Amino acid sequence: MSLRNNRAVLLAAAASVLLVAGLALALLWAPEDADQGFSQRIFYVHVPIALTAYACFGWGAWKALRLLWTRESRYDLESYTAVHMGVIFGILTLVTGSIWAKISWGVWWTWSERQLTLFLVLFLFYCAYFMLRFSIEAGPRRANLSAVYALFGVALIPVSFLAIRLAENFIHPVVFTRDGPQMSGSMFLVFCICLGAMLALFASLYTNELTGKRLDARLRELREALE
Amino acid sequence: MTYFADVAALARKDILLELRSRDTLPAMLLFVVSALVVFHFSLPSDASATASTGLLWIALLFTALLGLARAFSAEREQRVLDGLVLAPCDRSAIWLAKSLGVLAFLGVAEVVALPAYGLFFEPVGWELVAAVVLADLGLAAVGTLLAAMAAASRARELLLPLLFLPLVIPVVVGGVGATVADDPGRYLGFLALYDVIFAILSWASFEYVVAE
Amino acid sequence: MTTSEKYVTGAYLVVLAVVLLYVVLYSFKLSRLEREVAALAELAERRKAA
Repeated sequence: MSLRNNRAVLLAAAASVLLVAGLALALLWAPEDADQGFSQRIFYVHVPIALTAYACFGWGAWKALRLLWTRESRYDLESYTAVHMGVIFGILTLVTGSIWAKISWGVWWTWSERQLTLFLVLFLFYCAYFMLRFSIEAGPRRANLSAVYALFGVALIPVSFLAIRLAENFIHPVVFTRDGPQMSGSMFLVFCICLGAMLALFASLYTNELTGKRLDARLRELREALE
Repeated sequence: MTYFADVAALARKDILLELRSRDTLPAMLLFVVSALVVFHFSLPSDASATASTGLLWIALLFTALLGLARAFSAEREQRVLDGLVLAPCDRSAIWLAKSLGVLAFLGVAEVVALPAYGLFFEPVGWELVAAVVLADLGLAAVGTLLAAMAAASRARELLLPLLFLPLVIPVVVGGVGATVADDPGRYLGFLALYDVIFAILSWASFEYVVAE
Repeated sequence: MTTSEKYVTGAYLVVLAVVLLYVVLYSFKLSRLEREVAALAELAERRKAA
């Protein structure tokens, strides 16, 4: 137990350090972008958060696969927690992306921003994940169904992305073009630090959340044993 | 080859049940035609071909949902699903049989829907037919699995559309694209890709969905 | 501050706010867990006494 505790503390410390350093560097040290000016700095939070959300869903799908493979029930909790984190980071992606759209093009939403559209589809998909979980009694059935659904989710990511690219040709002509940030060396460094920070944040929150849920489960067992 | 014999037997059972009770298929046919009529009134008079194509695909999606909602209802009502699962056949055979049944019903619905669409809106080209065929495969594959999931939950009819719609967005893109774009081949290829990926995934994971 | 600077700051603040909100919600959960442990400890005491 103490080993697990140490890991949680270490992760939290690492996340804090990386996050503070990353955001400070992003706001103060990173060079100003030639084309977009100060507003380009939002990129240092938006993209790392988006990538972390993908990592969360991927991690959740991996745990789901382990569940179906080994039938050990602990993977259900781990998969669920990862998907839960993924949705939180997903919401953050949509919000920061919306702010980016407002800065860049003056609108709070645009369908021509592929990442945003993809995240909207995924957000809907994983919200349905929660509806699925809440409508089934706890047990191996719920664990199996959630796991299969989480696997479908990661299959959906590339397929949806492809679909959105194809859809652009007939739904909305790409009005808003944006060059992918041509990153200089120092920009890339700051980006990597921020990415590491977000991933560390995910790892830290994930560990805490998981511990909390496991405690919940054990307390329930204890209560049943004592009553 | 008992696998395919099982599949054939199960599929035959579903189709025979439907032919005798005649509840799902007429509902689907009536629904799709009514939906098309509603769309006529909801579209502005200068609506483009793309708009009416889009609405056709929406009509097809919801008709599929209607059919899928009933896919496992018969089993549930008589607790036959437990019996099926205990039967000495590969669980994925159940999925395949159900999907074929759903595919058959969708096909019949479209035999009515496409001419109706051609009558009310735009003439129907070969790309639309090809797209519909490919889309049906994907919808049946994914829908059957999701219907089994929804059948296991308390929320059932409420849950199936929520699970279904996000997953079939790519099908809508492929279908509409194949109909209106200059190069339908790309979209038809995409639909085929979707079918392959999700059919394999559904086939492989079905046994975990119905297991206890 | 220009408009774009305000929006960028807003985005960073949103991220901070969500993380802090998470911390707050988590502390609620922890206090609930504490209460549960206390209740169970009492149950165990009663069991021992009986």
